[in-house]
Amino acid sequence: MSTSVEAVRDAPAKPAATRQPLSDRAKAERRLGFWLAGPAFIIMLAVTAYPILLALWESLFKYRLTAPADREFVGLGNYATILSDGLFWRDLGVTVLITIITVVIELILGFALALVMNSALKAVRGWLRTAILVPYGIITVVSAFAWFYAFDINSGYINSWFAWVPGIDSDLNWFADTWTALSVIMASEIWKTTPFISLLLLAGLAQVPGELTEAAEVDGATWWQRMSKVIIPNMKAAIMVAVLFRALDAFRIFDNVYIMTNGAYGTEVLSLLAYRTSITRLEIGMGSAVSVLLFICVIIICFIAIKLFKVDLSGARGGK
Amino acid sequence: MPKDARYVGRTRKGVRAASGAVLALAATLLTGCGTDEGAAPTLTWYINPDAGGQAELAQQCTEASGGAYTIETSLLPNDAASQREQLARRLAAGDKSMDIMSLDPPNVPEYAEPGYLAPVPEDVAARTTEGVLEGALEGAKWKDKVVAVPFWANTQILWYRKSVAAAAGLDMTQPVTWDQVIDAAQSQDKYIGVQGARAESMTVWVNALVASAGGEIVENPDAPADELKLGLDSKAGKQAADVVSTIGKEGLGGPGLPTQTENTSMIQFQGDQGSFMVNYPFVWPATNASVEEGALPASLIDDIGWALYPAMNEGEDTAPPLGGINLGVGSNSQHPDLAFEAIECIVSPENQAQYFTTNGNPPSNEEAYEAPGIAETFPMAPTIRDSLELAVPRPQTPYYNEISTGIQQTWTPPSEVNPDTTPAESQKFIVEVLRGEKLL
Repeated sequence: MSTSVEAVRDAPAKPAATRQPLSDRAKAERRLGFWLAGPAFIIMLAVTAYPILLALWESLFKYRLTAPADREFVGLGNYATILSDGLFWRDLGVTVLITIITVVIELILGFALALVMNSALKAVRGWLRTAILVPYGIITVVSAFAWFYAFDINSGYINSWFAWVPGIDSDLNWFADTWTALSVIMASEIWKTTPFISLLLLAGLAQVPGELTEAAEVDGATWWQRMSKVIIPNMKAAIMVAVLFRALDAFRIFDNVYIMTNGAYGTEVLSLLAYRTSITRLEIGMGSAVSVLLFICVIIICFIAIKLFKVDLSGARGGK
Repeated sequence: MPKDARYVGRTRKGVRAASGAVLALAATLLTGCGTDEGAAPTLTWYINPDAGGQAELAQQCTEASGGAYTIETSLLPNDAASQREQLARRLAAGDKSMDIMSLDPPNVPEYAEPGYLAPVPEDVAARTTEGVLEGALEGAKWKDKVVAVPFWANTQILWYRKSVAAAAGLDMTQPVTWDQVIDAAQSQDKYIGVQGARAESMTVWVNALVASAGGEIVENPDAPADELKLGLDSKAGKQAADVVSTIGKEGLGGPGLPTQTENTSMIQFQGDQGSFMVNYPFVWPATNASVEEGALPASLIDDIGWALYPAMNEGEDTAPPLGGINLGVGSNSQHPDLAFEAIECIVSPENQAQYFTTNGNPPSNEEAYEAPGIAETFPMAPTIRDSLELAVPRPQTPYYNEISTGIQQTWTPPSEVNPDTTPAESQKFIVEVLRGEKLL
């Protein structure tokens, strides 16, 4: 009985033609694997699956933390309210805009930095990498405060330093207008996380076989041709990982917006809406519904990224 | 079979070992948590950040109790909204450590309605509210019952630069109106200090304007959410919007107005463009400290005057904003009697006077204003006391947060406020939010 169960369990992993009974050693290793991975798996379930399922359940109620007696089952009512409200779509639009603009700029800048780091002299390579990574080492809240104080109309120095730039003067209140505020928020995001992308791309760049670029060079390929026909196609997996990680990160942006504008004047993002609804308003039901929608958006981003780049990550790991 | 036996043996040994460990841990924990027979209970006081005054009072009252209790303070977050969130979460979770809490007046109904606050014994209520200024007392009530003990009260007054008022020909010995303040600042090409940021301070301003014009933001504050009647869409609401809009559109609040809070408006007032400002009494010690540090000229102190908050209509009373802190006891506290005993000690007029002179927070008790040293430290104390008599609390309803956030979103930036449409739009939006039909 147990043998047949194991055989069924093994079926998808091995082709039928090569199926063989597991040796005692293999079984023992498998058991050890379960024991070693089991606790981590249970902890993962506790810290991810449980909150997600709880949020799903809570989102079906009209429930305010300071009015526990008024708790009422409303089914999908909270979702209907959210999806029919312009505020949700505006916040989603702002979030998507921040995600697209920051990821595209970071990708371009990050690639340029990766090229610089890759071709820098060995003597300065270590220093260069450290210098480039400094912004990424700063805690997001700290960098958000630094950017806020730099641009703030009362305490900031940007207006006086850049008064020679058209459109900037001592009366410019960066955080009182949607576009200027979003520009500062996005700039701080780009400044902080470009090093992360550049590091991922540098790893991808290092994996491109030197023979390929040399062969292309010998064949008379220009710099751009080598880049577009040889290097970038061979870095697809690294680019995908960089884009996916950063897109997810950017979509969940919170700290910068919270510190600089607290969502005022058209700068609110989805995670801030979820926070305000759950934590500030203490509307647990509605807040959970916003969080579930945010979660669904994140899954969609993952799906799109994997489909768009058509990269088989299991292949990259040597799974096949 | 022998393999199974070994396995079972190992399991039994494991179970025994685990049971032993759990028992040992439980014994350790119980020993650690246990209190000695007869030891004084420890009361936890959740305080809002200050200059150390509440911790000092906790120490004094611990000593004064003669060993009946020990008060330990636990610091809440910086801003009022975060303080409210933490207290609400702890109270909802049934935290037994909520012995004494420093509560912002507009949040009192939200805790009182679901029964999160222990009832104030009648004798305690009678003793601690005797001589309390009218505005401060209103902020400690829910459904006409005292549910928290007034500790210190805060109010906004009108600060002005004597030189600007004189140049504008404004007689500051008489009550002034918003129109007069606006005209004076405009004639001198100066900025008016108001709080136009999308924050709680905007609700404070709008509430004071509406109340000064004889209106009410909420007409039936103790009604359920979907039955609340708002009074924003009214003549008073329009007058309030007119003031906000004029200051915003005419640029009278300065370029920083849309992000201006109490602190930033004070900094603007201290500068060359300062003229008039509505703000709390903290302005006085803060300005004096800056002058002492040499950051501001000494002549500034002599140029600063104070008066009651501007009225909306000439000849009518003003309705200044009310703030401060009340003390409440959590309904899950294990020592409510001792907590109320401690509160009586904390809010004694002597302690309120001490707190005023050392931390700059005005007393809620009229008697405390007569204490020695107050007149020297706060020459404007009589104005503050008169202001507290006239002060009107923000809407005392469990749904204050929704109403406040709704106002913040619809009345900012001030330059986009339209007296003909904003009050009505604001009211419609808040009502829809309260009915659960709209996101906030």
